[in-house]
Amino acid sequence: MSTPATLPWFAAHEFRLAWRDWLAMMTAGRRVRGIVLFIVLAVFYLGLHLLAAALLGPWIRDGITTDKVTLVTVTGTGFLFWTVMLSQALESVTRAYYSRSDLDLLLSSPASSASVFAVRTGAIAFGTVLLACLLASPIINVLIAQDGARWLAAYGVLAGLGALAATLSVLVTIGLFRAIGPARTRLVAQIIAGIVGAGFVIGIQAVAILSLGNMNRYAVMQSPEFVAAAPELSSLIWLPARAAMGGLSAMLLVLLIGFGSLVLVIRATSGSFARHAIAAAGVSAARVQQSASTRPFRKSSQRHALRVKEWKLLRRDPWLLSQTLMQILYLFPPALFLWVSYGQSAGTYVVVIPVIVMAAGQLAGGLSWLAISGEDAHDLVVTAPIHPRAVLIAKIEAVLVSIAVVFGPVLLFVAIASVELAAITGLFVAISAGSATAIQLWFRVPMRRAMFRRRQVASRAATISEALSSIMWAGAAVLAAGNQWIAALPAILAVVVLAVAYALSPKGKRV
Amino acid sequence: MSNPHFALDISGLRKSFDRPVVIDLELKVRAGEFYALLGPNGAGKTTILRMVAGLLRQDAGAISVCGIDTAKDPVSAKQIVAWVSDEPMVYDRLTPLEYLEFVAGLWRIDASEAERHANELIDWLGLRPHANERCGGFSKGMLQKVALAGALVHNPRLIILDEPLTGLDAGSARQVKDVLKQKVASGVTVIMTTHILEVAERMAERIGVINHGRLVAEGTLAELRARIGRETTLEEIFLDLVAQKEADLAAEAAA
Repeated sequence: MSTPATLPWFAAHEFRLAWRDWLAMMTAGRRVRGIVLFIVLAVFYLGLHLLAAALLGPWIRDGITTDKVTLVTVTGTGFLFWTVMLSQALESVTRAYYSRSDLDLLLSSPASSASVFAVRTGAIAFGTVLLACLLASPIINVLIAQDGARWLAAYGVLAGLGALAATLSVLVTIGLFRAIGPARTRLVAQIIAGIVGAGFVIGIQAVAILSLGNMNRYAVMQSPEFVAAAPELSSLIWLPARAAMGGLSAMLLVLLIGFGSLVLVIRATSGSFARHAIAAAGVSAARVQQSASTRPFRKSSQRHALRVKEWKLLRRDPWLLSQTLMQILYLFPPALFLWVSYGQSAGTYVVVIPVIVMAAGQLAGGLSWLAISGEDAHDLVVTAPIHPRAVLIAKIEAVLVSIAVVFGPVLLFVAIASVELAAITGLFVAISAGSATAIQLWFRVPMRRAMFRRRQVASRAATISEALSSIMWAGAAVLAAGNQWIAALPAILAVVVLAVAYALSPKGKRV
Repeated sequence: MSNPHFALDISGLRKSFDRPVVIDLELKVRAGEFYALLGPNGAGKTTILRMVAGLLRQDAGAISVCGIDTAKDPVSAKQIVAWVSDEPMVYDRLTPLEYLEFVAGLWRIDASEAERHANELIDWLGLRPHANERCGGFSKGMLQKVALAGALVHNPRLIILDEPLTGLDAGSARQVKDVLKQKVASGVTVIMTTHILEVAERMAERIGVINHGRLVAEGTLAELRARIGRETTLEEIFLDLVAQKEADLAAEAAA
């Protein structure tokens, strides 16, 4: 048993909370659900190993040598994982400063805030490494099994890179606090996290599309031009790749750099943790002055009052809206790919149809959650003299009008080229947005709007079915635009996805 | 048949979650009355009031508000009821005036009448300097006042308040109490739960004590004193009644 308020004591406390959180998230307090989920995840994990074995098989059979192509490929893959780690660490570090849950208790106690910060940063590094190891483990395990135990060192490299990601995240967050103040740090850090997480993937796919005409990022890494332009074999840039391939001294160096920098940064910045966390707490207490309105109250129907309220809240919620809009960023590579691949031959505008349809579905999903589930004054709306159905209709109208405002100009742009294509796109935008909205409606659970980032955790079934239906409708749209009868197939699949989502959704028990 | 002379008429009300929370409750509150509902934590007070406000469905029994059955005609019942919870729920990104305009829209109040009334309430509750600030940075007391203004802007006939004075400073609490007294004087019925027994003692015409989902005592302060047989404070009466109920339950369990 460790001494209270010491570093190990805080670490044990954090570990206990994290473990219980994770358990509750995975099982929702139901043992059977936990077992079923474990089996499903185990099968999925095994499937990833089989996929990795199939992809890596030819490479392993040819014999993996430490040549430049291999180093470029391993480094590129490692960098891909590292950007994901950095993105996750940035978001976690920001949350450590802004999340109030137990921070008030800890900061008001005589315990050292430096210890709290050290433990939380360590936990972030650990969580980051764990996620990266989970994501990379099918590849690493296949390499260990088929090419030798030397690849075990890759786990050490991931640990070092995870620590480095946490280090950089702390530095970026504190830098933002100093440069732009606590009021804007959370939003900017979140945008940076999104861009870092998606940037490398999008960037390299964009290069692949523009230079090679396909979306395979490995094609870029292995292209002769790219390899020729890469630094010489003796360069330090290959240190992590060499370490991952079994170079023991290189791995120790990566670990030393990663954890050494983390310890140094924690020591250097932990003293300011309490100050920044308190400044972050002050942000929520800051008041925003609206320009004094001289406009008289407007006569409106109940539904219109609800719609206007939703639009005001969406407009004034840049942080929540930015999360939604960030999803659209990921749609850029397929758009570019379709544009380059088919644009010139099959009609430039045909190729962007699926991207528009999918983006509409994704955006509608986010906005629907905000409007339907994210109700801050739930009691007020429920106790109002309006039928619950009318409330839902008003909220759906608010979402669909928002979608129309965003996608209207895009459709107009398509209509300049082809009215028929614009009509087809418009139809599928409406269907895709309607499907995503319906899914959010079926899975609605009243929550504070600030819980937006947990919406995917709250219902994985809703998230997965929302994504699947958007993809299916996008496929149906592009095939319908090409006058192909096979468009019916993805459309039927989308309907099946919706039916399954409806069957899985919690029905009744709602006032 | 419900009686329109009662602002609230509850009969045979039952609600269970994992255990019975409200058991065969009979409760009648006259129109224009200030009624305080007391009880220890977990007694079922909030559950009862949430059922009256339409936030929870009862398992059995009937609730009638000014003669309107809340199960048969919930929309009409809601038109004349206002609910204020202990945790004020207002929109962080709306100003108090925008919030009141929204509430007026939901209750279909004439826009000009709502605006006049909203401005009166804003002044009444001392919110004028903050009328055009977003509610996001408000203190709990200010949020509670905005929520109260929202409850009053549509001129309800029955106001239900769950611990409305929790977290308010003395000045704010006085403002809220004054507003409630004025409403009762104008014929509005107020039902309030509170743990501040002095408030119930001073303001309520009748007091109901709930324990383990049952109404264990009800009456004016004088009637409650008479029931326990000594001249004492409401606090003593309350503790006595709760202890009595606990002893009864313990005896039942032992038997």
